[in-house]
Amino acid sequence: MASFLQLLVSGLATGAIYALVAVGFSLLWQTSQTINFAQGEFVMVPAFFVLVAMHALGLPFWASAIVGIAAAALVLGLLFKRIIVDQMLRHGVLPLVVSTIALSLFMREAVKDFYSSQAQPFPSLVADRDISLFGVVFSAQSLALLVVAVAIVAALHVFLQHTRFGRMMQATAQNPTVARILGIDVERMILTTFLVNAVLCAIASILISPIYLAKFTNGETLGLAAFVAAIIGGFNQARGAMAGGILLGVLDNLCAAYMSAQYRSAVPLILLVLFILFRPQGLMGRVEERTV
Amino acid sequence: MSLARILGLLAVLVAVGLLIAAPTMLRSYGVYLLALWSVTTIAALGLNLTLGYAGQISLAQGAFVGIGAYTVALATAAGVPYFVAFLGAGLITFAVGWCLGYPALRVQHHFLAFVTLAFSTLVFLVLRNEQWLTNGIYGINDIARPKVFGLSTNRNPDFYYFALGMLALFAGLQWWMLRSPWGRAFVAIRENPLRAASLGIDVRRYTLMAFAIGSAYGGFAGALYAPLVQFIEPNSFQLTYSLKLLLIVLVGGAGYFIGPFFGAMIEILLPEWLRFTQGYYLLIYATLVVLLMAFCPKGLVGAVALIAERRRKPPGRAAGPGGTLGPGGAASGPAGPAGAAPASPSR
Repeated sequence: MASFLQLLVSGLATGAIYALVAVGFSLLWQTSQTINFAQGEFVMVPAFFVLVAMHALGLPFWASAIVGIAAAALVLGLLFKRIIVDQMLRHGVLPLVVSTIALSLFMREAVKDFYSSQAQPFPSLVADRDISLFGVVFSAQSLALLVVAVAIVAALHVFLQHTRFGRMMQATAQNPTVARILGIDVERMILTTFLVNAVLCAIASILISPIYLAKFTNGETLGLAAFVAAIIGGFNQARGAMAGGILLGVLDNLCAAYMSAQYRSAVPLILLVLFILFRPQGLMGRVEERTV
Repeated sequence: MSLARILGLLAVLVAVGLLIAAPTMLRSYGVYLLALWSVTTIAALGLNLTLGYAGQISLAQGAFVGIGAYTVALATAAGVPYFVAFLGAGLITFAVGWCLGYPALRVQHHFLAFVTLAFSTLVFLVLRNEQWLTNGIYGINDIARPKVFGLSTNRNPDFYYFALGMLALFAGLQWWMLRSPWGRAFVAIRENPLRAASLGIDVRRYTLMAFAIGSAYGGFAGALYAPLVQFIEPNSFQLTYSLKLLLIVLVGGAGYFIGPFFGAMIEILLPEWLRFTQGYYLLIYATLVVLLMAFCPKGLVGAVALIAERRRKPPGRAAGPGGTLGPGGAASGPAGPAGAAPASPSR
């Protein structure tokens, strides 16, 4: 039972991080039909922004984190939209998909060539020690991770559902035409979505890098997890992606412990296939109607 | 016969002549690369059928190549004659493609991309974990090269001619298929599925057919790949390989018969030409792909066709509906699918 609780906590912690990444992923898809195959690399890269700020500029960790998030918003939000997405979108979805695939390759190689191919240690938010709760020992790191990630997921939920700006963003995502008729500045909302996605990815990066270490290959698993979470949760609902991410994180951890470690990475994929086949609109999504 | 037609035919003849004469001019490694090009082109031709003609994004072509390669490697090691194993590889991948596509094609476009993405990762996991069958991460060594009509193909030039012959066979098969009612149905579905359905085309069956045939092309390519490199391991058939094949098709020009030939040529030769850049090759490659997609999203052949089109025709005369099939397959595609942009499934 004790180990089950530990697994649950660490699963919730990774799940909350998946949720952050998945929400950004599905927001991008909704507002601009961007299937971002580089989403995993969007999480991998900000950790290196932070490391550069710390080691090259000599800033303390908290300042570097802020620099990292700002740099991510600039490069992975603004520049990504202006240079890649805006150019490609008029050609249709496929060139954009290919460009994001190429972009993910580019970012991976750039980090490998210009920073390091070795896994880099990354400062953690709290000192690493164990905390005993209800007779079960948890690592302080995963508890802190859980608290921060859940807080951000909750804040995001409030922002999207209960603020005017968030609801405008959702309206844009769900139906740009009607949103425009209602007087929403659609272009600005789309840009904001890209910035929000970049910031979420940067936060996820700072949270997860102390555990996985910062390495140029980190994006592969994270990107896949984001896809799966977004689809399980429902591609057209932000809260679906949150639920999907958390579910995936917990399942992933439990399966690794109780089933097969070798086929651990297969579980989310099988889940993905089953969902696509039997419930393509996801847990919380709505069925999208097509007009002729 | 128009002048463009004759020029195109001439270009094809020159290209074939060069390919046949190549081994006399190249060293063994160059011939090996050409054989690899032939094999890769077969796989890319299959993917082009799925992607370029039926309009479905598949990220599993590399996995199908892997299934074909492992089938041949395991079967020949067990004493099965090569050509039986070769046919078996094609049949198995056709069946697997059918079984995967049957449920997966209920959902289309980006969802199919995700299903195939999951599939290729699953195939990799099975290849890596089922040691009793596939020898796991150690891979399979010393795969025998086949005897063709009693002639050994142990030397690279001999195997190259065998692979080139197979390429000609499969390319010819596809050329014929695309001109049959099937091929026209594929294109009709890509251009507008609703309109195709209203014309009585069973959209799902034809898409499934395109996907399964495309997968079988991957299997046949794998059946040639295994004896060519003589050593296979799960890592070669990871998702990255599928992505590479996807890039080949798009860089060459999806939906153009000739596209994969050029795409594969670039994919195989560019690393050799850019060897002086050392570690930065992939960085440069990725940048080139993004630039290509920004400036000519229809790939190299698409770009050439567009230029030819502009030069030949005064504006105003749009292409007839028959033009969508890409009759400009020959060489540089002088009569490429005029103005007919592959309709993008945006919503």
